[in-house]
Amino acid sequence: MVRFDNVGLRYGMGPEILQDLSFTIEPGTFQFLTGPSGAGKTTLMRLLLLSLRPTRGVITLFGRDSSLLDKDALTAMRRRIGVVFQDFRLLDHLTTYENVALPLRVQNQREESYRSEVHELLRWVGLGDRMHALPQVLSGGEKQRAAIARALIVRPELLLADEPTGNVDPTMARRLIRLFVELQRSGTSVVVATHDLGLMEQFEDARRLVLGGGRLHIYD
Amino acid sequence: MSGFHAIRDLSLGRRDAEAALVPKGSIGGRALITVVAIMTFLSSLAAGGAVLVVQSSQDWRAAISREATVQIRPSPSRNMEADIKAVLKTLDATPGVTEIRTLSKSDSDRLLEPWLGQGVNLEEIPVPRMIVLKTSATPRVDFAKLRDAIATAAPNATLDDHRLWSQRLATMANTFVVIALVILALLVTAMGLAVSFATRGAMAGNREIIEVLHFVGASDGFISRQFQQRFLMLGLRGAVLGAGCAAFIFFLASIASRRMIATPSGDQIEALFGSFAIGWVGYAAIATIAALSAAFSGQTSRMVVYRKLRSLT
Repeated sequence: MVRFDNVGLRYGMGPEILQDLSFTIEPGTFQFLTGPSGAGKTTLMRLLLLSLRPTRGVITLFGRDSSLLDKDALTAMRRRIGVVFQDFRLLDHLTTYENVALPLRVQNQREESYRSEVHELLRWVGLGDRMHALPQVLSGGEKQRAAIARALIVRPELLLADEPTGNVDPTMARRLIRLFVELQRSGTSVVVATHDLGLMEQFEDARRLVLGGGRLHIYD
Repeated sequence: MSGFHAIRDLSLGRRDAEAALVPKGSIGGRALITVVAIMTFLSSLAAGGAVLVVQSSQDWRAAISREATVQIRPSPSRNMEADIKAVLKTLDATPGVTEIRTLSKSDSDRLLEPWLGQGVNLEEIPVPRMIVLKTSATPRVDFAKLRDAIATAAPNATLDDHRLWSQRLATMANTFVVIALVILALLVTAMGLAVSFATRGAMAGNREIIEVLHFVGASDGFISRQFQQRFLMLGLRGAVLGAGCAAFIFFLASIASRRMIATPSGDQIEALFGSFAIGWVGYAAIATIAALSAAFSGQTSRMVVYRKLRSLT
């Protein structure tokens, strides 16, 4: 599903912050991406999301060389990827419901076709009574759950989550990770970037991608 | 959204899922509405003025083209009365001539009064005699044939079918239309630039929204349509305002010209512009300009956004 071959990245003329990354992510797998602050976790997530181009190496996504994708192909690719940002990136002028429904709306789906599905997912993440609230009045945890619901609503083939449990209590964190594991069992590949060692220990079967000094160490 | 859901959500201050993705407050809406209103107002005035001139010119030309004049110059070797009779006989036999009026000697002399003044003895001056004829639309008079026939009947007589005047009026009216089109083109260019700048500003202000839309799988076309809808609505408001003002001014002018009938200045205006009313054609032109202004605003915005997004790597 995802293949990195000798991928390196530098910003401008600066040092290479990611070096010689070579790994694959197979369909239906679950992996934690971890490492100290500033190790490049978010940068690697952005490479996976194709919002950054590597300065060297080849990234193959869903069987296609990312450097050869035109804009339409990139759009089609992103519709197969769900993403949870560390800073949530909810649109402030849209309600929780509208934010979660956004990935379906941009695909020109009719609201009648997805309304019940969005309601159900919002109830599941505990935002059933906050559907019509704007992000400004949501707590950090509620925003995070809304961002997760937005990533899940399209049933993505690849889910990228950057610190998805950073603002929720441990119970909700476990619940969300279990949801990700359920998704993985239904065929979705999941990459969760986190600092939370305690959380990772609770899911010992998960693969670990550890970034340090610009290089990636994999623990299957 | 069903009626029940809509009423319930409205009562709770909720909105449906089709809320605008480009927030209202993120665009300099009032400034853009004012610019579009001014441009549409000026365009409507130019179009209405052109319609007014073209309609008046058509009236003038219709009146002129239905009339012709035969001028018989006096000559010592010719008998004026005999020539007049010969020309009248020719005119009577010509199909399409509906009315013939021979100006008397005193009528012809009176035509010279504006130039020579009153009390001048014109007996010594060889004043031509005039015959005015009116023609029908069908059958049309064959003026070339008539001109030959008159020249045969009275060699001193000439026929003036006013074609020169008609051509000059047509040229003048066409010049006004061209000027109006040039003004329209300039205004459209200015409006396009204003919308383009406003769109770029809106894109910069909504950069994060555009980024999120891209990440959730929105195509460039989808995003540019969101801007198009927003600018279409702003353009529509400005266009309705500008065109409404222009239409109101033409309406007031037509009422004022009607009230001035039978006054000296009113007669002058009526002689030039008829009733000074642009009619349904003029109002339709203004409505069309308003619709096109709004559509142009939306389309320009869409193109600017689309091109900008396509150029991003």
